[in-house]
Amino acid sequence: MSQARRRGAFDGSESGRLDRREFVKLCLMAAAAVGLPASAARKMVEAVDHGLKPSVIWLSFQECTGCTESLLRTSHPGLADLILDVISLDYHEALCAAAGEQAEAARRRAMEEHAGKYVCVIEGAIPTKDGGIYCQIGGRTALEIVEETARRAGAIIAIGSCASFGGVPSADPNPTEAKGAPQVLQDRRVVTIPGCPANPYTFLGVVLQFVTFGTLPALDERGRPLFAYRRTIHEDCPRRPHFDAGQFAETFGDEGHRKGYCLYKLGCKGPQTHAPCALKRFGEVGAWPIGVGHPCAGCTESHLAFRVPIHTMVKIEHPTPPSTFPPTTPEHGKVSPVATGIAGLVGGALLGAGFRWARKLDEEESSTEEVPS
Amino acid sequence: MNPHAHALPEVTLPRSFRLLRILVGAGVVMMLWRFLAGLGATTALNDGYPWGLWIAFDVVTGTALACGGYAIAILVYVLNKGEYHPLVRPALVTSALGYTLAGLAIVLDVGRYWNLYKVLYVWRWNLNSVLLEVALCIMAYVVVLWIELSPAFLERWRRSPRRALRWISQKGDPLLQRALIWIIALGILLPTMHQSSLGSLLLIATHKLHPLWHTPLLPLLFLISCIAMGYAVVVFESALSSHLFHRRVEKRMLASLSSVMVGVLLVYLLVRFVDVAVRGQLGAAFRFDGYSVLFLVEVALFLAPALMLLSRRARTRSGSLFRAAMLMMLAGAWYRFDVYLIAFNPGRGWIYFPSVPELVISMSIVALEILGYVAIVRRFPILGGLASATGER
Repeated sequence: MSQARRRGAFDGSESGRLDRREFVKLCLMAAAAVGLPASAARKMVEAVDHGLKPSVIWLSFQECTGCTESLLRTSHPGLADLILDVISLDYHEALCAAAGEQAEAARRRAMEEHAGKYVCVIEGAIPTKDGGIYCQIGGRTALEIVEETARRAGAIIAIGSCASFGGVPSADPNPTEAKGAPQVLQDRRVVTIPGCPANPYTFLGVVLQFVTFGTLPALDERGRPLFAYRRTIHEDCPRRPHFDAGQFAETFGDEGHRKGYCLYKLGCKGPQTHAPCALKRFGEVGAWPIGVGHPCAGCTESHLAFRVPIHTMVKIEHPTPPSTFPPTTPEHGKVSPVATGIAGLVGGALLGAGFRWARKLDEEESSTEEVPS
Repeated sequence: MNPHAHALPEVTLPRSFRLLRILVGAGVVMMLWRFLAGLGATTALNDGYPWGLWIAFDVVTGTALACGGYAIAILVYVLNKGEYHPLVRPALVTSALGYTLAGLAIVLDVGRYWNLYKVLYVWRWNLNSVLLEVALCIMAYVVVLWIELSPAFLERWRRSPRRALRWISQKGDPLLQRALIWIIALGILLPTMHQSSLGSLLLIATHKLHPLWHTPLLPLLFLISCIAMGYAVVVFESALSSHLFHRRVEKRMLASLSSVMVGVLLVYLLVRFVDVAVRGQLGAAFRFDGYSVLFLVEVALFLAPALMLLSRRARTRSGSLFRAAMLMMLAGAWYRFDVYLIAFNPGRGWIYFPSVPELVISMSIVALEILGYVAIVRRFPILGGLASATGER
């Protein structure tokens, strides 16, 4: 693709999709999501401006395509803008126009052209039982494909819970011995973006940081970017004040549930789940389980998701104190001691003056009575 | 109309009146501050108590105290007791000033005062609104009061050195003579409407107002008590001005007026008690908690002047009259404060006490009223009666 075509992507006249203003906004948002300053967004814009669109090879294995679906639902940018203008999505089974051998050839070509620089995104768990024969593409097992593609990748991102730690396919009894990408690629650093589905903006932030600076964000011990997974949902939950006030929904549909009380007793995994959902909804549309009255399922945690029953209560991981304690009787309004003082003095003075005057009138009258006029 | 009334330009005022001017100055500064900075910055009003001192005192109590004109008009024009006529003009001056300044207080209290002119958009009127009725009545009544009072001005202007004023007097007088009967009729109708409506305003506060005060009879109680307060103010004011302006008190007139006041008071107390009893709240009245004490003090304040004035001797002594009138005014104010603020509980945690600017503005309005009264009485023929024996003219 020529330089001119790439530049044209941002002036709006040629592609008609994403104008420069929109694009700068997108970069700012992505930079903010990763916790980078606004200057980083400018560098991102410059990087993409100079045709440094990251080549992305998207591998899909044991998955439901939910993560792709959630990416499809992004509107800042829309998916079309994303894959045509922001990243160069060179291989994606669900989205590429090519099929069969053509598609596989595109993947191999991208791997050669951008060797050591492309981003390998893995969606879905990888079956390992019996040599990985339970998921094959073009006659090759997922294990083979992942090892081949990941070997020459600049960065590996496991998107979604399945790719991050096995997810649903690895749930008991795990008939295919499905594993996540970090377990398969133990010698490589894998950025995991768990979530069911994963938050597309977390993904975008990681990709843009890699393209712009060639670096990856700080990760926790499970490979999750700390900017998104440092805090638990419980810490920032909009229902947190109810938790602190001891107001819980006891059963679905009871008064507390209808009033929007805390869902902890219904099995909410928020206190142990590290995810940014409470701040940035995972599906972009603004809806999320806790928001619609369902307890968090803990989808970003390998020890919770698809292992602990949804309505089982968990322990509070960080028993952080509430930021404020609700008073028993909220106080509204103030009484100024100066005002009460003034009111008392004036009231007293008036009353006193009134009665003094009355006595004066009495005296005057008795004096005039003595001397009849 | 009142050939015995004189202007009193020669009267000198006590020095303490300077304090009133200072108060008015401070009040004007505070009012400017309120208009520029808004209610939140200057008042202690909150969402629980959106009506504070300016409504409870300046508007509700203030207009009730300004009912002298109304109460005397009922006596003179409805009950045809012409002998009280000399009391009409002084009563009208207090009424006109009281109502005008209550209007000012409303402007102060309305958060977005720049929208007030929309009250005049007839096509936007909500005819079910008590507040609209109060607003329109008070506005109309202010105009009516000044017209009722205008014969005093015209009388004075007839001999004015200025041609324009003489012309107004010549042209205005015959017009006024024809219109006055209707104006007086309006002057009785309008207060009847809005003084009762000031009680109706709180009908909506069913569970917020304590049951000792919340009753379907709120409008009636407000109406009766405002008439009693009107008489009390006339007595109070003539006692004061006789002293201040060295006029002889019309003792016989005041004595018989106070017996009217006793009657009104007793009717009020009867209605109040029967209402509390019928609604099964006598228990609450004698529970001796805060509300019960408030109620009992209120009743005592109404009862005390009635009992004082039952004796004929007390009715003829200006000291006792003055004391009884003062207690009566206090009782009416107490009742109105109870209904609007003290027995009004909008929910747990809400608290209100007027802020310093609110207090200063309210006091400055009272001061302005007194200064206005003195200024009018000195320039125009309002007060009748002869100079008293003790007066040093």
